[in-house]
Amino acid sequence: MTGIWDRIRGRQPELSCIELVEIVTDYLEGGMSEAERRRFDAHIAECDGCTNYVDQIRTTIVTVGRVRPDDLSDEAKADLLAAFRGWSQSGSA
Amino acid sequence: MDEHVEQYAAPAGQAEIVAALKAGDERAFAALVDEHGAAMLRVALMYVSTRAVAEEVVQEAWLGVLKGIDRFEGRSSLKTWIFRILTNTAKTRGEREGRSLPFSSLGGGDPDGDEPAVDADRFVGSGRDEGHWTSAPSRWSDLPESRLVGKETLEVTQAAIDALPEAQRIVITMRDVDGFSSEEVRNVLGVSESNQRVLLHRARSKVRRALESYLEGERT
Repeated sequence: MTGIWDRIRGRQPELSCIELVEIVTDYLEGGMSEAERRRFDAHIAECDGCTNYVDQIRTTIVTVGRVRPDDLSDEAKADLLAAFRGWSQSGSA
Repeated sequence: MDEHVEQYAAPAGQAEIVAALKAGDERAFAALVDEHGAAMLRVALMYVSTRAVAEEVVQEAWLGVLKGIDRFEGRSSLKTWIFRILTNTAKTRGEREGRSLPFSSLGGGDPDGDEPAVDADRFVGSGRDEGHWTSAPSRWSDLPESRLVGKETLEVTQAAIDALPEAQRIVITMRDVDGFSSEEVRNVLGVSESNQRVLLHRARSKVRRALESYLEGERT
């Protein structure tokens, strides 16, 4: 609810939950102005749902970090080490 | 890191790594390959069609790194420099295969349109509480720890990442799996900061959604 007095004083209207979920990445990336950050913090200070949402996103980031995608094959690594040996013995340094 | 690596401590600083490579320190090279190899493979896969070709691209890129190491001046980080050589190698190879570049369509436009991070029906549509949660997210920290770190949870996460549109999948993998900074992603992929952030935002939002339906769907 944006009151006329808020507008006169130049205050930003309160953030709603549906808006917050769209700027959570800006918040976590440190891509917000001081005023935007305060507005965000003021919202989560009073909203359990959004506090949980931000926590869920943080947990998501940690969980994605636990995924172990595939690596180079052992053959490819062995080939590389052989290539390295050849390179350093050829005296390029 | 692993116990079987004995007492060998890989050189940590950039200058030390470069010096070790020039001195022919094979274990320093192996450590560097271990550190970046998997991420290089994933980046290479953006440009070429098969895993086998991607592995060749990674190998070719490493040879380029060794050949060029004398010219490395430390103006960018070693990591950024390695990945630039990789993307250049991969692009050349991809062009030969006739593939279009994954980010070429992302310049200014927004191919995925406006997807909400959370379905609109989770929020009040009108009235005094417009825009507030109708069904608020729950506290995942109340779940048993084993639930969050379980094998199945990781499988759900992997499946959600695999299902993302390519550019989103690449960005979330580089950022949250491989630990690239946003600056490194920008440098390697040549995308703008805002583009990178939108892609990351969409990707994380979707993976969260998948985790939510998995974690909370089974609870009842």
